[in-house]
Amino acid sequence: MATGNLALGQEQGESSARPRIVNDFTINVATVNGSGSQSANSVLLKSIFGMGVPVSGKNLFPSNIAGLPTWFTIRASKDGYVARKRESEVLVALNPGTAREDALALPSGGVAIYEEYLDLKQYRDDVVFYPVPFDKLTAALCPEAKLRKLVKNMVYVGVVAQLLRIDLDVVKKCVQKQFAKKQKVFELNFGAVETGYEYARTNFTKQDPYCIEPMNQTQGQIIIDGNAACGMGAVFAGVTVVAWYPITPSTSLIEATTDLLKKFRVTPEGKATFAVVQAEDELAAIGMVLGAGWAGARSMTSTSGPGISLMAEFSGLGYYAEIPGVIFDVQRTGPSTGMPTRTQQSDLLSTAFLSHGDTRHPVLLPGSVKECFEFGYAAFDLAERMQTPVFVLTDLDLGMNNWMSEQFAYPEKPLDRGKVLTAQELEKLGSFARYRDVDGDAIGWRTLPGTMHPKAAYFTRGSGHNDGAAYTERPEEYQAVMERLARKFENARTMVPAPAAYRNGKSTIGFLAYGSTDFAMRESLDQIEKEHGQSVDYMRIRAYPFAHEIHDFVASHERVYVVEQNRDAQMASLLKLDLPAEQVVKLRSVLHYNGLPIDARSISEEFRTKEGL
Amino acid sequence: MATATANGATGPKLNHIGLPIVEYRGGKSTLCAGCGHNAISERIIDAMFEMGVEPERVMKMSGIGCSSKSPAYFMSRSFSFNSVHGRMPSVTTGAVLANRTMTALGVSGDGDSASIGMGQFVHLMRRNLPMIYIIEDNGVYGLTKGQFSATADIGSKLKTGVINDLQPIDTCALAIQLGATFVGRSFSGDKKQLLSMLKAAIAHQGTVMLDVISPCVTFNDHEGSTKSYKFLQDHDEPINEVGFVASFDDIEVDYDSGEVYDVEMHDGSQLRLRKLLEDYDPTDKAKAVRTLMEAQEKDEVLTGVFYIDTQKPTFIDQLNMVDEPLATLPESVTRPPKSALESLMANLQ
Repeated sequence: MATGNLALGQEQGESSARPRIVNDFTINVATVNGSGSQSANSVLLKSIFGMGVPVSGKNLFPSNIAGLPTWFTIRASKDGYVARKRESEVLVALNPGTAREDALALPSGGVAIYEEYLDLKQYRDDVVFYPVPFDKLTAALCPEAKLRKLVKNMVYVGVVAQLLRIDLDVVKKCVQKQFAKKQKVFELNFGAVETGYEYARTNFTKQDPYCIEPMNQTQGQIIIDGNAACGMGAVFAGVTVVAWYPITPSTSLIEATTDLLKKFRVTPEGKATFAVVQAEDELAAIGMVLGAGWAGARSMTSTSGPGISLMAEFSGLGYYAEIPGVIFDVQRTGPSTGMPTRTQQSDLLSTAFLSHGDTRHPVLLPGSVKECFEFGYAAFDLAERMQTPVFVLTDLDLGMNNWMSEQFAYPEKPLDRGKVLTAQELEKLGSFARYRDVDGDAIGWRTLPGTMHPKAAYFTRGSGHNDGAAYTERPEEYQAVMERLARKFENARTMVPAPAAYRNGKSTIGFLAYGSTDFAMRESLDQIEKEHGQSVDYMRIRAYPFAHEIHDFVASHERVYVVEQNRDAQMASLLKLDLPAEQVVKLRSVLHYNGLPIDARSISEEFRTKEGL
Repeated sequence: MATATANGATGPKLNHIGLPIVEYRGGKSTLCAGCGHNAISERIIDAMFEMGVEPERVMKMSGIGCSSKSPAYFMSRSFSFNSVHGRMPSVTTGAVLANRTMTALGVSGDGDSASIGMGQFVHLMRRNLPMIYIIEDNGVYGLTKGQFSATADIGSKLKTGVINDLQPIDTCALAIQLGATFVGRSFSGDKKQLLSMLKAAIAHQGTVMLDVISPCVTFNDHEGSTKSYKFLQDHDEPINEVGFVASFDDIEVDYDSGEVYDVEMHDGSQLRLRKLLEDYDPTDKAKAVRTLMEAQEKDEVLTGVFYIDTQKPTFIDQLNMVDEPLATLPESVTRPPKSALESLMANLQ
């Protein structure tokens, strides 16, 4: 297709006097859950990416198999902003149930591409309307009624591509990649794209200002979701035992892990060098993880919301009996069942202290898909080095949405399997005490079941024990173990990922944020600078326990805003437990907890109000 | 018994891997004197000794309760994991997946398995994970001072006079129905039967579920209890006489009598079940369950090997895992090469 020329031809006929808005707007595709729009949205997203334009996608879907409304927003941003933006300028309205609401949500001057019979013109007159007879076009295109629903999605891809001036050749490549193995499916789908494209070309004169123009901002970049990136991290950590229970939004993390294990971890004889078990519940899943970790395997589970609560008792056992294991928690909206398909950062406090008794866990907080990969493998090293369960907290926004990223780098260091005694080493030593701090790092040496030495065995228990792993109820013996555990956790401040300081030393005002909040935070810093002339400092927390740099950051600022996606200021609370009393008063919170990913404008507005600007 | 003797006539008896029985002993029991669990620990020691199992090749797994404490009282040279209440099955599953070359011996109780642990119990059974699962079954909670458990029989009376009127859970019937491949019941006081069953259990590949009635001398050994020594002595009805000949035993096995059901185990050992109940076939699932249900109605406590299947694939077989322990696979096997990551990155562009 000579798309360039066709597009030019259209351009000449444009009547709009408004200045063009290039590579800086959001498309909102409103459909019905179960209509199979995922592939089409993915093609649209990747086509913009293929044009070299920074892009991000967000799937706002219901907790439902089919029938409820779902929205997919695609944000193109020449400045590289990938957080959610509140408003979408270009609407693709295919869901009669929400069409009116969707149309009314458009900003003045926006664009509505819609199924013709929905007649959106009746609701307002300050947006540009492009009615398309999607059903009729699709019926002509696809005699098989069963497939029409899917094909219709590709028709809107064509319409949008033409109206926004997305190169049809780029779209074609994306469709090809999407249906790589099935030529017929590709032909049907791309035929639908062309139909939509042609319809738009022949029936519409472009009246809106929104355009995609080629850039070179995505060269060498990848697109991946956080769950797949975490799974990739686990596989490159050499995970061998995976136990899990299905739960939204963490399920796809395990699916990605399993796919990669099948791809890379089967011997030439066809044998698996891994085990993946779908457990009966989350209790069993973490039980298997700890059983495997105790026996020396790199083991993991992944869960969300209610699942993390169910893992509480075992987490305490892992902490006290000092057993490695990695738990990914893809946070969703709580409390209780909450909104399973909406995002939040509200498991932080419960995870940091998960279980009864004095219990603390290292918590890693990846803030990008790249860090999902990096922390995904680092967590296993940390768990085996510290001999304790390590939690990796992501969230639905990071985990299930597509993000641009620079490519992941292969781990530089070999695996750290921690302090494990072999039979030969034990023979030299003569004996060992499982929980004795012989090296001053508060970490004992362990043996693995099957170590062939008469002195290798020890008794693992969650009941009171002394440093020789024997049962005890003696106050001093119990307390000695608890104090060593506290020292071990204190030492972890320098073992977990250090915070990332983006701007520091330039302002008396600082921001602290973590995880997926980072995307909106960075955009907000630019807004604050542009709109209020203030260049404020920002440090991103990447793990608990807190590194000393975080203390220093708070100490060196007059006011510190902690931005997070929960109601109860969980990170600020955790900081307050850790900071000296005179520093605590400096903390202020910016909170966002309606289930939608945080946006930059919300942060900027809250900051403005709190600062009285 | 084919146990070798030490060179000197006065030395201790050694088993066929050259270890004396003392190497299979554990710490001193802190359970009540006369507790059935202690007798079971003794039989485990005997069975492991006589089978010549290397102690370091054994993982002793347990949950919480009197029964779950008992792994501290046998086989100190074996690795032990006393986990959380009712969750021994999942911990054992993980441990066996990590190291399939180990012999996993789980000790649980009727509270630990039939109440809080029922969810994990049934799922372990349906996976046929290679392990020996022993329920030390006394019908009461001991550590919390004598409440009924879910295996207490209807009409059974507590010391306080409270009578149980809820249906007991028959863990053997459940295990058979769900897919365990070696299911039996014994009595802690029947040394010979329990020892033979434990030895056969060690030789079996797949889930062995043994419900061992083990009277609680403190809370459930009185008149009116259906889990007392006295009651068992009066109501124990062996369904078969269990004989076991280990593969290394130099004993001829004759296969003649129609009264005997011989089972060849994976390691070449022979399990010999002499029929005491007419027409009983330990490979017939449905009949096994029916026999158990009928016995319950007649207040009989059937013991013996109820069901055995030496052919069904284990969970490890189904996962098609490598022979070596996953735990100690080298990095060169577990971490994919740089080229793998590069190809993934290329695909995501």
